[in-house]
Amino acid sequence: MSDIKRITKKRKFRKDNTLYLLLRDPLGRAGFMGIALIVLLAIFAPYISNFDVAEIHSKDRLQAPNSTYWFGTDNFGRDIFSRIVYGARVSLIVGIVSVSIAAGIGFILGIISGYFEGRIETTIMMVMDVLFAFPSILLALLIVAVLGTSIVNTMIAIGIVNIPVFTRTVRASVKSIKSLDFVADAKSIGLKDRDILIRHIAPNSLASFIVQATLALSSAILTEATMSFLGLGIRPPEPSWGSMLSESRAFMELAPWMVIFPALFIILTILSFNILGDALRDVLDPKLKL
Amino acid sequence: MQNLLEIKDLKIKTLRNKEEVMLLDKVNLNIAPGQCLGIVGESGCGKSITANSLLKLLPYPLSVSSGNAMFKSPSLGMVDLLNLEENAMRGIRGKEIAMIFQEPMTSLDPIFTIERQMKEALEFHHPHMPENEKHERCVEVLKQVNIPRIEQTLASYPHQLSGGQLQRIMIAIALINTPALLIADEPTTALDVTIQAQILELMNNLKHEQNASVMFITHDLGVIAETSEQVAVFYSGHIVEEASAEELFYRPAHPYTEGLIRSISSLNEKGNQLYSIPGNVPPGGELKSYCRFYDRCKYAEDSCKRGLPMLVEVAPKHYCRCFRHSMEVEV
Amino acid sequence: MSEYLLTVKNLKTYFPIKEGLVKRTVGYVKAVEDVSFSVKQKQVYAIVGESGCGKSTAGKSIVRLIEPTAGEVIFDGKNLSSLSDEEIRLKRRDMQFIFQNPYSSLNPRMNVYQLLSEPLKTHFNLTENEMQLQILEMIDKIGITEDQLWRYPHQFSGGQKQRISIARALITKPRFVIADEPVSALDVSIQAQVLNLLINLQKEMELAMVFISHDLNVVRFISSEVAVMYLGSIMESGSTDEIYQKPLHPYSKALLDAVPNIDPLKKKRRSSLKGEVPNPANPPSGCPFSPRCSRADDICRKEKPTLSFYKGRNIACHNPLE
Repeated sequence: MSDIKRITKKRKFRKDNTLYLLLRDPLGRAGFMGIALIVLLAIFAPYISNFDVAEIHSKDRLQAPNSTYWFGTDNFGRDIFSRIVYGARVSLIVGIVSVSIAAGIGFILGIISGYFEGRIETTIMMVMDVLFAFPSILLALLIVAVLGTSIVNTMIAIGIVNIPVFTRTVRASVKSIKSLDFVADAKSIGLKDRDILIRHIAPNSLASFIVQATLALSSAILTEATMSFLGLGIRPPEPSWGSMLSESRAFMELAPWMVIFPALFIILTILSFNILGDALRDVLDPKLKL
Repeated sequence: MQNLLEIKDLKIKTLRNKEEVMLLDKVNLNIAPGQCLGIVGESGCGKSITANSLLKLLPYPLSVSSGNAMFKSPSLGMVDLLNLEENAMRGIRGKEIAMIFQEPMTSLDPIFTIERQMKEALEFHHPHMPENEKHERCVEVLKQVNIPRIEQTLASYPHQLSGGQLQRIMIAIALINTPALLIADEPTTALDVTIQAQILELMNNLKHEQNASVMFITHDLGVIAETSEQVAVFYSGHIVEEASAEELFYRPAHPYTEGLIRSISSLNEKGNQLYSIPGNVPPGGELKSYCRFYDRCKYAEDSCKRGLPMLVEVAPKHYCRCFRHSMEVEV
Repeated sequence: MSEYLLTVKNLKTYFPIKEGLVKRTVGYVKAVEDVSFSVKQKQVYAIVGESGCGKSTAGKSIVRLIEPTAGEVIFDGKNLSSLSDEEIRLKRRDMQFIFQNPYSSLNPRMNVYQLLSEPLKTHFNLTENEMQLQILEMIDKIGITEDQLWRYPHQFSGGQKQRISIARALITKPRFVIADEPVSALDVSIQAQVLNLLINLQKEMELAMVFISHDLNVVRFISSEVAVMYLGSIMESGSTDEIYQKPLHPYSKALLDAVPNIDPLKKKRRSSLKGEVPNPANPPSGCPFSPRCSRADDICRKEKPTLSFYKGRNIACHNPLE
């Protein structure tokens, strides 16, 4: 039959590609490049770093940045540049894993409490409110204190702390989308509840969810840095930007590079994620699709 | 100048992706004292921004790009509204030119009583009026707009009143300083027919009592027929036809006006099909350089694309912009 | 087999008013108080009334988009209120709903192809080719081209969006459709186009339709029978032509008198209706229209008139017009 191939789906490059739109926006480009830089550092850490992270050069303690030690050395004579490069791995892994935990659980709880009203919603939201009431860093410290300090426990702790934010964001957007006409329309067409959730509600609440995820990534990295700074995060000699900052406290005046470089990278990462989050919010608006 | 307001060559532009886009193109309008000028058009035709520009209420990034609007101000004499300083404009806005909007629910502040909001409108222009006089004035205008239980209404908050009541109150607030010109932007669109009928009757009565001029903006030809003496039809950023209401409804000259009237009157004829204008309403900001009704017009010919037709007098005081009536091209 | 495809009997839909911490029900908004009517096969039946009269809630209650509080809806010989959620869901293939505002009733993240294939996928087991044929046939009727299948709702004008949403409702070839103010969100010059399309499709597909509207002109054109609603109840119902020529209920008359006329020479001194529509949470006793009615007397204020047969139509009034 000649009709068989009449509708050809045009799947060539379209200008409504999210990545294309993101890179067209100068802010989105900046955020994207900042994160790409950190990711590349993390992936190629063994090739980029000049020294082993734990290698102690007892003769070269507290060296200012020079041609051998690009970012200088710390009080043990370890190369700060190498530690920062490897620290990017820790920060990113902690960020991604903990946000995945938070986002995964938060998304499910949010959808459930937003779509099905009544006792389930009340119960979930009550637990979330209690979690929310704790200062997040205190809660994370508490969890680590119970579970013990390790990189895995740090990620779990940060993940749990971030669940309520996701639940709330997702629930709010599900609730507002649920009241829109196109959801009533989907019901009147005869769709199953499950299909309404998957095809209509979830895609439309994804925008705020993704934006929340990028913002949570930066806050997770910051929480990890803070916890390591307080000595309850990553155990030495494993390098983490937070623990590097923490160790530099005593040498701040003597060797300011020990503070400046880890701080700079924390700021760069967080700024990039925040900018990316903002740009994503604009880009994910379906009205931009041409 | 005999007219209360004379708008000349008004152009309004906006910014879209950092580029200037014209929204309104050389609009000329006159309003005589005591006259009701109806402006009719569909979404994006530029009717509301015309009104907003007169009171400097254009939202960013819209701005007036040229033209003037000479207004015979009772206090300042002849002024150009488009080039008035903000200070002087504040003396005119709400006092000499008042405006009524479509949504009465959102035009009033939900946290203040009606009395407080009415007095505020009064206070700004009469700062030294004693409290009891203000109250009397509020009662007086509420009487004019037929509000029952006036004292009770004055003490209520907006959410306690119905849409029809609120629109009366909006009209009362607009009238409280006895303006010379009242601009009503779709004042009955959000209301039901029976309430709309009340408000239209009220506005007609007030016009006679107060001898105020009214600029009545709507998309509804029926409402225009009931209120206006003079009618300007807007389409895609300019006026395509202007005439007295009688002339316009009985002898429409522009194919667009003709189509609108025919599609409404065909509702009353039992038949299989309604008369309809094909095509889509042009979005605001896409102004063509030839006849803008070309692709929807049943009389269109290739020669209609030679330029923009000029608004010419086709009968006494009846202006139309169509090549069927005049070959003149606008420059 | 009855001659009626749809019969609605004493439909009521109340919404509870809840107050306080424990959400105690303190009263009800009686959005639909008493609605009964029947629609024949291939007939267009209109429900007309002002905002808040419950016409839209009634429409949604009929197809159980809102659960009615009481009453019976018999569609195609089956009592819809006795069906389970899943049975109702399957039944929707035969009874669809067209929403008022196409700007919000189409999912902004779905293109036209997705929007039109979804109902087919839900109710039929079609091959990709069969589905494409049906979609092509449908877009041809609504004046959308094949290229436009991959576009998203915001790339269309209001009129086109409403065409798409009509297509989405009718692509499963239902036998009955409720159209809830389908043209009132559109520009004047577009309304006629969309109405023509709707009527043509209704005739071609032999649809029964309930057309809900506040626009009396449109109702007159489109329907053969009409029910005039006020504050949740039907005031008068019967042949559209007869009611428009000679309304018997004072409210029908007031409503018809209020319609603006496009003839400027007929600026009639109308007996405009006084007062406002009462709050449905606190309706007046007796006839709901009595506080605004010039013919109201003591019985009207005490006793609610029931819809009964009078001079060839149904009317709920103690003092009908002559």
